[in-house]
Amino acid sequence: MLEIRALRKFFGGVKACNNVSLTVPEGKIASLIGPNGAGKTTLFALITGFHRPDAGSVCFLGEDITALAPEEIARRGMVRTFQIVQPFAGQTVRENIAVGAHLRIRSRAEALAKAEAVAHRVGLSDRLDLDAASLTVAGRKRLEVARALATDPKLILFDEVLAGLNPSEIRDVIPVIRAVREEGVTILLIEHVMQAVMSLSEYTWVLNQGELIAEGAPADVVSDPLVVEAYLGKGMAERIARREVRHA
Amino acid sequence: MRQLALLGLVFAIIGLAPFVISSDFTLNAVIMILYAALVGQAWNILGGYGGQFSFGHAAYFGTGAYTVAVLQVQLGINPWLGLIAGGAMAVLVAAIIGFSTFRYGLRGSYFALVTLAFAEVLRILSNSVPFTGAGVGILIPLDQGPANLQFVTKQGFFWVIWLITLAAFVTVWWIGQSRFGAQLMAVRDNEDAARALGVEAFRVKMGAIMLSGLFSGLAGVFYAQYFLYLDPYIAYGPAVSVESLLVPIIGGLGTLFGPLLGALGLHVISELTREFIGEFPGISLVIYGIILIAMVLFMPRGLAGLASRLRARPFGTRAKAAEGSHA
Ligand SMILES: Nc1ncnc2c1ncn2[C@@H]1O[C@H](COP(=O)(O)OP(=O)(O)OP(=O)(O)O)[C@@H](O)[C@H]1O
Ligand SMILES: [Mg+2]
Repeated sequence: MLEIRALRKFFGGVKACNNVSLTVPEGKIASLIGPNGAGKTTLFALITGFHRPDAGSVCFLGEDITALAPEEIARRGMVRTFQIVQPFAGQTVRENIAVGAHLRIRSRAEALAKAEAVAHRVGLSDRLDLDAASLTVAGRKRLEVARALATDPKLILFDEVLAGLNPSEIRDVIPVIRAVREEGVTILLIEHVMQAVMSLSEYTWVLNQGELIAEGAPADVVSDPLVVEAYLGKGMAERIARREVRHA
Repeated sequence: MRQLALLGLVFAIIGLAPFVISSDFTLNAVIMILYAALVGQAWNILGGYGGQFSFGHAAYFGTGAYTVAVLQVQLGINPWLGLIAGGAMAVLVAAIIGFSTFRYGLRGSYFALVTLAFAEVLRILSNSVPFTGAGVGILIPLDQGPANLQFVTKQGFFWVIWLITLAAFVTVWWIGQSRFGAQLMAVRDNEDAARALGVEAFRVKMGAIMLSGLFSGLAGVFYAQYFLYLDPYIAYGPAVSVESLLVPIIGGLGTLFGPLLGALGLHVISELTREFIGEFPGISLVIYGIILIAMVLFMPRGLAGLASRLRARPFGTRAKAAEGSHA
């Protein structure tokens, strides 16, 4: 469904994305993990047209979308959410979601009705007429999800939609994400909350300093020494292994 | 829908003016308020709803004004045709300015400065080419009669400005109810987020600047026919640009009725200034500057914001949206 080939983006000396290739299969929930500053958000921005890659290509539904604008990519069925939430402040939750709905719907009344339906799916029904700026962090994350869903995407990229939520809020949102997949939408998510990565995603890629260092089923990937070192520093994998042997 | 009804009611009441007002002086005041509301509403489309603060709306106003004047004086073309041509030329200028700024993603103060520069370039051009009368200006010969878009009585002018201003207000009402408007406000509030949701920001902003330019240009045509004299400073000078943005800022940015309230407010203020300070050159710009600073500091949501805080908010975008969705 989404094929990334040898994608590269340097910001001056920072190798934010270096020769990344991956293929997101249709109908699954896949995830992208990695330590802070690994280049995850940059990769999303490259895929969705917000940054222009220095090299490499992005194919979506069999077509090259590398140089396309974000709005054109959204029209083709791939949308992203923002790690730093970007509500249309001063507009209501309903109006916010309707902007997404308008991608496929011309009529204002129908778009507003659709916004209501989507709000229901993500659990925002009770806040439809509130100013988006008045929402809590959890509410804003839901709003990000709702707006993206309202565009009727085929592939949706979630950038840390669980970050900043407390455990009970996370437990509430996980079924929402799962329900999206059940409706046939493919999902690629960036997540630091390992509980979510493990329980939601069937496949995961690990990014470190702009490079892919591991991929596979989440349970296998997290025990990969390379991954442990990327997160915890050099030598950690070995120490943990030794400790586990001692405890055994 | 309730807003449209309110709009109809307000314009119906204003439409009583020629029947109940016998003094030319007072009717002239109503005409000038409608004219200011038109200029302000034009700016409001791009600035209030689109978040693109132009400092150079004189570019469209002056183009509309000069088009109707030059066509009449140099080519003998009827000003009713000139009205259409003036609007069209203003749209063209808006398209050129919009293309050259939005294509390169100019925002905020960069956009403001470039629009100001465009208006200044046009002012200097109109000051140098012969067919605009250069620095001397251009005088439209007095030839009163409805066929010449010149009227013996103020009533005729009243209906012309009433109709154009009504058209501008209905357009803005439509913006508040349409996909175009929703996308425009999304771009205003967060361009990246809007684009991520498939909003073609460039196209939407182009639409807004062209609509905005159209009504500014029509205001220019009206001005030319009403006063029958133009020079580069009147047409393309900073006073028009400042008035354009001041009216909706006083009244309430991004609201349907804001420009009408602002036009009224500005009229009252300038009458008071005339009364207490008297008239000397440049005073209006000084006063404008003071009002602008005061508004931004103390009343960022304008008179409409004040009104909506006091009452059940019939003027705010938020009230409007809630209403639209319950309708
Ligand atoms: N627009 C930019 N200009 C310059 N450097 C950038 C830019 N965007 C990102 N970077 C740098 O690229 C690197 C990758 O950043 P990115 O935001 O993609 O990381 P991330 O994996 O999303 O991190 P986090 O988990 O903290 O969100 C960082 O070093 C960052 O400072
Ligand atoms: Mg990130």
